[in-house]
Amino acid sequence: MRLRFAGFGGQGVVLCGFIFGKAAMLDGKNAIHTQSYGSASRGGLTRSDVGIEDGEIYDLVFQDLDVLVTLSQQSYNAFRADLRDDGLLFYESDLVVVDEQPAARACGAAVTDIAFKQFGRKIMANMIMVGFVNEIAHLVTDESLAATIADNVPAGTEAKNIAAFEEGRRLARVAQETS
Amino acid sequence: MGDEFDYQRVMDILGSREQFTQGDVACAYGALLGGCTFFAGYPITPATEIAESLARLMPRIGGVCAQMEDEIASISAVIGAAWTGRRAMTATSGPGFSLMQENIGYACMTETPCVIIDVQRSGPSTGQPTEPAQGDMMQARWGTHGDHALIALAPASVQECVDLTRLAFDLAEQYRTPVLVMTDGEVGHMREKIALPTAEQVTLRERRRPTMPSDQFVPFRAVQGRVPEMADFGTGYHTYVTGLTHDERGLPATDDAAVHTQLVARLCGKIEDAVAELTRVEIDNDEGATVGLVSYGISSRSAAGAVKLLRLQGVPVSHLRLVTVLPFPEQAVREFAAPLERIVVPELNLGQICHTVREAVEGTAVVEKVARIGGEIIQPAAIVRAVQEGGQPVRSG
Repeated sequence: MRLRFAGFGGQGVVLCGFIFGKAAMLDGKNAIHTQSYGSASRGGLTRSDVGIEDGEIYDLVFQDLDVLVTLSQQSYNAFRADLRDDGLLFYESDLVVVDEQPAARACGAAVTDIAFKQFGRKIMANMIMVGFVNEIAHLVTDESLAATIADNVPAGTEAKNIAAFEEGRRLARVAQETS
Repeated sequence: MGDEFDYQRVMDILGSREQFTQGDVACAYGALLGGCTFFAGYPITPATEIAESLARLMPRIGGVCAQMEDEIASISAVIGAAWTGRRAMTATSGPGFSLMQENIGYACMTETPCVIIDVQRSGPSTGQPTEPAQGDMMQARWGTHGDHALIALAPASVQECVDLTRLAFDLAEQYRTPVLVMTDGEVGHMREKIALPTAEQVTLRERRRPTMPSDQFVPFRAVQGRVPEMADFGTGYHTYVTGLTHDERGLPATDDAAVHTQLVARLCGKIEDAVAELTRVEIDNDEGATVGLVSYGISSRSAAGAVKLLRLQGVPVSHLRLVTVLPFPEQAVREFAAPLERIVVPELNLGQICHTVREAVEGTAVVEKVARIGGEIIQPAAIVRAVQEGGQPVRSG
């Protein structure tokens, strides 16, 4: 399973990748996480790749993605070709315009707007997206994901981040019921 | 001297035994679990996280973490600390590794135990600072001037960053030599699961220290084997330490050919003659294979991936992974090569260790390479192609 979170620096995509990698480890899987480095992660095009396998992970160059999560138009344009045709595309629907008929199944959510309106901070968008993605793609267990979020967000923001994660899951269930 | 190693005290600050972390952080953990109580370094991508981690952790075990003015000062401080009895380390990348070369030679000549981590990045010069490479392997072997020998280990995973950094300290103390941990920007920055060792698994091999009356101590006379006992500064044993050619008393003897020859032969011999006990290789032989891979570090993951793909296609292939790169495990490589017609060596450089492999097999097998630079690691498919269609030729440089 190959997963990429992408966006612009500051949206928290690196943390999203880390959280999925660590949650997979807690699930007893092998996981590897790589990320963009340097100035890009502070404002430019940023990516965060996670590999999850039962066996050893040898290939660290991610080209045939099973899941691509894009939080910006730039990252969508840069990485959509790396997604397998039978893969899953998640996107920030206020910030990304996807192709009219993308080959992959596409699921959009306006996570930034929801983060601002419901939680008062746009930065919570990434945790909403984490919940949204996992509820649809079932990459790791919800227990491991919630435990990892609580352990790795800034102290004092745990409850808010978990609430954002739960909101993402709820949005996914609504989206699935209406689709 | 130095603080007594306390496993529980280290683990109390490292936290849980199982973690999801970066290779650089794992090197810092490995150092602390290897008894390191002194770090001096200068920040450089992609090695900075080692210094950052130790800046946070080292004071909590009562150790020293110093940011120096440059890499020359860093290795100098490490050498000085080692002579006070500390297990000492620095960490850098290509440009800093270049600056350290003179004093790495000084550490060889003065038989100073120390650990140097080189998180290799794409060079030459400042090159591609954030991109991984394996371009410092020949510099690891021959970077400092004059005849010398040292030990180099090559981690291929975050777990090995813990294990091999820890091992590096024991080997440095046991052989009184610099030990290089040749990692790279990919291993340094990627995150994987690590399992930290248990108390039972961590037993430090101490350097041998003199116990005889101080007036009988001859500081560079190897009483047992080829490694002399080492007296910590301040313990009453007079030791003169110089990079000049010195006699057994440590005193300069620069115009004496016999003293120089004997000294340098002992310094090289104590490492080269221990190659059997220093050799750490992983061999995955396939019966009937006529092609084999010899790999190390991050490229060995690509090689292992290629082995898996080839066997799925029914193509037999063998694989030898060098964990110890220096002293080069010549015998192990020669035995591995015996049934093979071709050997393919994947490296993130234009061809370095492939030459050493070719020298080792002495024409019994044709050595080819998969050489890649530019900052992207080798994909298993590229090695599969080289096995099936032939790799790049290795020519004498």
